[in-house]
Amino acid sequence: MKIAVCIKRVPDTEARIRIAAGGKSIDPAGIKFIISPYDEFALETALRLKEAQGSGEVVAISVGESTSGEQLRSALAMGADSAVLLKGQTSLDGLATARALAAEIREQNVDLVLLGMKAVDDDQQQVGPMLAELLDMPCITVASSATVENGSVVCEREVEGGIEVVEAPLPAVVTITKGEYEPRYPSLKGIMAAKKKPLAEKDAQLGSHRIEVRQLAPPPDRPPGRIVGEGADAVPELVRLLREEAKVL
Amino acid sequence: MNVLAIAEQKDGSLRRISSEVVTAARSVADAIGGSVHALLITPAVGDAASVGRFGADVVHVATAPAYDADVYAATIADHVRSGDYFAVLFGAGGQGRDLAPRVAAKLDVPLATDATSLEVDGGELVITRPVYAGRAFATVVLDAKPRIVSIRPNTFRPQESERTATVENIATSSVPSRVKVRETKAASGGRVDVGEASIVVSGGRGLKGPEHWHLLEALRDALGPAAALGASRAVVDAGWRPHAEQVGQTGKTVSPQLYFAVGISGAMQHLAGMRSARTIVAINRDPDAPIFKIADYGIVGDAHEVLPKLVEEIRKGH
Repeated sequence: MKIAVCIKRVPDTEARIRIAAGGKSIDPAGIKFIISPYDEFALETALRLKEAQGSGEVVAISVGESTSGEQLRSALAMGADSAVLLKGQTSLDGLATARALAAEIREQNVDLVLLGMKAVDDDQQQVGPMLAELLDMPCITVASSATVENGSVVCEREVEGGIEVVEAPLPAVVTITKGEYEPRYPSLKGIMAAKKKPLAEKDAQLGSHRIEVRQLAPPPDRPPGRIVGEGADAVPELVRLLREEAKVL
Repeated sequence: MNVLAIAEQKDGSLRRISSEVVTAARSVADAIGGSVHALLITPAVGDAASVGRFGADVVHVATAPAYDADVYAATIADHVRSGDYFAVLFGAGGQGRDLAPRVAAKLDVPLATDATSLEVDGGELVITRPVYAGRAFATVVLDAKPRIVSIRPNTFRPQESERTATVENIATSSVPSRVKVRETKAASGGRVDVGEASIVVSGGRGLKGPEHWHLLEALRDALGPAAALGASRAVVDAGWRPHAEQVGQTGKTVSPQLYFAVGISGAMQHLAGMRSARTIVAINRDPDAPIFKIADYGIVGDAHEVLPKLVEEIRKGH
């Protein structure tokens, strides 16, 4: 079985976000970049599927500039067999990213596509289902687990009020959320092996970007708050403020 | 040109997020001089005309059994193709997040998710949406028609009027449904999701252990059915609470009317996920906890002492 895992290079979630001069992008200076955490869960899921089957192939694919090669090397060190960097600039237009991924995945002829349910930078939660549409594959979103049985992928997914167990015939696209397993750390052996694994570079077939960013701004400041008091004695005053001042109760 | 609001029902009545979507659609339609059409896909029609209360002129109703992304997305896309829509608005709840990207891809147009404000300027729809889990806000325009947008729950306050919508039945698209539901395990008893709840009661490490969550549950219950539990990343990583409840950049970004942060010190990625709440209450033993810097109201104290009193005071008012 061949599994494609799509990963994105994003700023570390603890990074301090500053707006760059020009007010349309962030200033990358001093920021540590990582594989988007949900994409790491997707990669871990793919590696476990391959291990459970005892055979198969995992290919990591990323759309980004040459710096994204760093994250693809990490994916290879974690255990992916090969990687493809689709060189181009991603934007808020997830459909452009999905187009580039779809073009590559069609060529790769895969059985299963896994990706994080969202990238933690743009937080759009859209590339997975768009990719499925472009590939005309069924799509399961926000899955906390994925197993393969009899030509189908079976997933648990979060829905309002509980967990749903769903299945779809392969080939399929599944977007992954945090589940039972933490992503593995690359071993020293994995890091050494990654240097010899194939990392292909191609131009991303993004097409046109049709979301124009007019401005990027920091969030509005919150008005200064106040300490109502200490311990249980402060509770009646808090409730009065919530009812009469904030009017939220 | 008109604006299409994708509406959802739960147990026969319009979901809160949908009343927000229709309200947002009304304000956009008024700005462009158009009408609001709502599209409701539902197993049983129920009271479709009531969607008019929030500003819909026409409600298109398609009947379909339980939710199926393939069928719903095809029905919406087919309907959009048949009309002349300036914009199509979804709610960024579980279903809207699942459907909007599929519909956008079918129509070959871009999608802006989680809008916190919509304005019409010079005939263009100007959308503001959070990035980096609310640590920055992007103002964007979509170079396509229709403009497909999902709106952040609890951000557009529902507004009612006397309007009554006309109801028109439309066909459900017949496409094969490829994803089969084998089983549904109810975990939270059908409660509202933390991402959509208008009141969130979140707990962190300061609670000292999962066995003390009954304190938060009691507060949630006292606050009624619009309230949901949330959790910090630390307690999810420790396995005290499920990831579905996590608030923050690696969990859910929430904008409720009222947010209680109990025993949460306020890591940057948590603050990012909840700072757009209308009112924030922090309860923490440490007076220097960063959470107090963004909280509107704070109590310095132990949750075990403060929460039972809080439940008692809130119940008194009812």
